Amino acid sequence: MTIPISYYLVLGAILFTVGTAGVLTRKNPLIVFMSVELMLNSVNLTLIAFSRLWGNVDGQVIALFVLVVAAAEVVVGLAIIVTIFRARASVDVDDVHALHG
Amino acid sequence: MSQVVFWVAAVVAVVAGLGVISLRSSVHSAVSLTLNLVCLAVLYVLLGAEFVGAVQVIVYAGAIMVLFLFVVTLLSPGREEADDRLPGQRWISIILAIVLLVEAGVLITSNALPAAKDFTAAAACTGQGLCIGNSQLIGQAIFTSSYLWPFEVTTIVLLVAVVGAIVLTKRRTA
Repeated sequence: MTIPISYYLVLGAILFTVGTAGVLTRKNPLIVFMSVELMLNSVNLTLIAFSRLWGNVDGQVIALFVLVVAAAEVVVGLAIIVTIFRARASVDVDDVHALHG
Repeated sequence: MSQVVFWVAAVVAVVAGLGVISLRSSVHSAVSLTLNLVCLAVLYVLLGAEFVGAVQVIVYAGAIMVLFLFVVTLLSPGREEADDRLPGQRWISIILAIVLLVEAGVLITSNALPAAKDFTAAAACTGQGLCIGNSQLIGQAIFTSSYLWPFEVTTIVLLVAVVGAIVLTKRRTA
């Protein structure tokens, strides 16, 4: 007895929602980043579930590409956070409004 | 057996995901996210994607989370979060998240999905007992078929990320 694919899709939707709530509520940019990672991973789960559903490997390949882009995004994002921390000795997304019009 | 594995991994993944967004300390959030990623790797293996599961553990739980923890400890965690600038921001966002979840649930349940094809067994052993594993299928897709060009582009993405990180964090020396 295998698990229906829709269970994986619902799990992916729940994790995506949790990540969205994290992005909207938290003000520490590191935790905002972790929530974005959560959302990326829930999408990966959905891709791999569909790859299983249609019986081909395309979804897994795209999940690998998502992984690469997530790694690049984390590297650049953390570099930006470190630079902001150096400039103003505080990390809070509400305090960073230098580009505010 | 696979049902037990699925439910344990799914419940732990959701609880760890809630831990990421609700724990006070950034270090605890990072550890919770690592637990979530490992549970997702278990689910990938359960779905027949062994290679992506292994890469998930090595790249995400290994490399990316180490980078996260390094920056979290560098930036002195335990800092109290200030009050919301927008009043009621937390409740508004929770309500919006629930709306999003209901939308996704309606979309998923309103479409009947076909039965899953068992490609791991069907495509794996073709002729003369020559068995092709999941890694080999992915290698064929990336290196010999239509994904060769996107694969080359990802190398450029990684190069840009490395150069960008160095440029951003380099101290200006006059």
